[in-house]
Amino acid sequence: MELVAIFISAILVNNFVLYYFLGICPFLGVSKKIDSAVSMGLAVTFVMTITAVVSWAINNWILIPYGLDYLKIVSFILVIASLVQLVEMFIRKVSPPLYQALGIYLPLITTNCAIMGLALLAALREYGFTEAVVFGIGSGLGFTLAIILMAGIREQLDLADVPEPLKGAGISLIVAGIMALAFMGFIGMIK
Amino acid sequence: MPARSIGQEFTKGLWSENPVFRQLLGLCPTLAVTGWVINGLAMGLATSFVLIFSSLVVSIIKKLIPSQVRIASYIVIIATFVTVADRFLAAYFPDISKDLGPYVPLIVVNCIILGRQEAFSSKNSVGRSLIDALGMSSGFVLALLVLSSIREILGSGTYLGHQVMGSWFKPWIIMILPAGAFLALGILLGIALQIEKKTKSRV
Repeated sequence: MELVAIFISAILVNNFVLYYFLGICPFLGVSKKIDSAVSMGLAVTFVMTITAVVSWAINNWILIPYGLDYLKIVSFILVIASLVQLVEMFIRKVSPPLYQALGIYLPLITTNCAIMGLALLAALREYGFTEAVVFGIGSGLGFTLAIILMAGIREQLDLADVPEPLKGAGISLIVAGIMALAFMGFIGMIK
Repeated sequence: MPARSIGQEFTKGLWSENPVFRQLLGLCPTLAVTGWVINGLAMGLATSFVLIFSSLVVSIIKKLIPSQVRIASYIVIIATFVTVADRFLAAYFPDISKDLGPYVPLIVVNCIILGRQEAFSSKNSVGRSLIDALGMSSGFVLALLVLSSIREILGSGTYLGHQVMGSWFKPWIIMILPAGAFLALGILLGIALQIEKKTKSRV
């Protein structure tokens, strides 16, 4: 039950983009077309799941037992950067079609604060192993959901008559605000 | 790039290349911590500290860093200063540190900082990098102050915790919620663009 609550809350209630404001850069940058939004979402979900596993292992097996808590920031960011590199090489070798689909989005993920945020939040809440993995998958799916919805709306926005100064980032943020309002309706789902 | 005077190097961060309003960098912390002015200010100052010292170090050792590993080196330098800022806040301002939560460690992935190292400090002299970092930091603090002032006054009727609106005022709860952050920043970006266009057409 606990795990279901973590999963649902990561996707809907405490959505990474709309509640924690993590991953805004790709959310605004890669949401012009639904196709690329789907690829970006998948890439993020993939990396998030692996990050949840690896950062949990590092935190619980190395940092905490040896009292190195203050090295958390440095070690997490280095792990994420090298992890993304590794995942990229691995996918290129094992599944060229998937590599083609994810393309440039993989390297971009290193600077995505959602990944770092995931590692930090999981450590902050002292999640166990299964909880951390479920949290990682849920957060990734939540990000995917938000970016796909955003891309769908923006494809329609191209046809709308938006005031000149609000074109681009301005209207996207306002749309995101309205989406955040809508997502607030999910709060009642989790106690 | 035409040579800029020292003054221009500083002021470009305030307006023409303002990291938030013009370059749309560092939006995550901008949106997340601006519910209250005090948090916005703390975030701005912590980020400024990291940016200024990272720029200083990167510009000093730029010739020693092999270009293949430069990004990794910048990240380690930045992460070091973020750890310092994080520990400092936790030790001296535990309340603010608790309020900001994971957003202080997240300064490490703030694209403003890495962006300035890559685009400026790695190519320019120590003095110029320092001025550039000061300008960009001021621009960032300015943006956080504007947004958090609007959100705190409208959202809770207070400023830095002091009541500023009369008793007739009903706080707009939405402004301190995540949705209000998106809406307010979206409208501010529109206004910034409009001002930019007006000043351009006058020249």
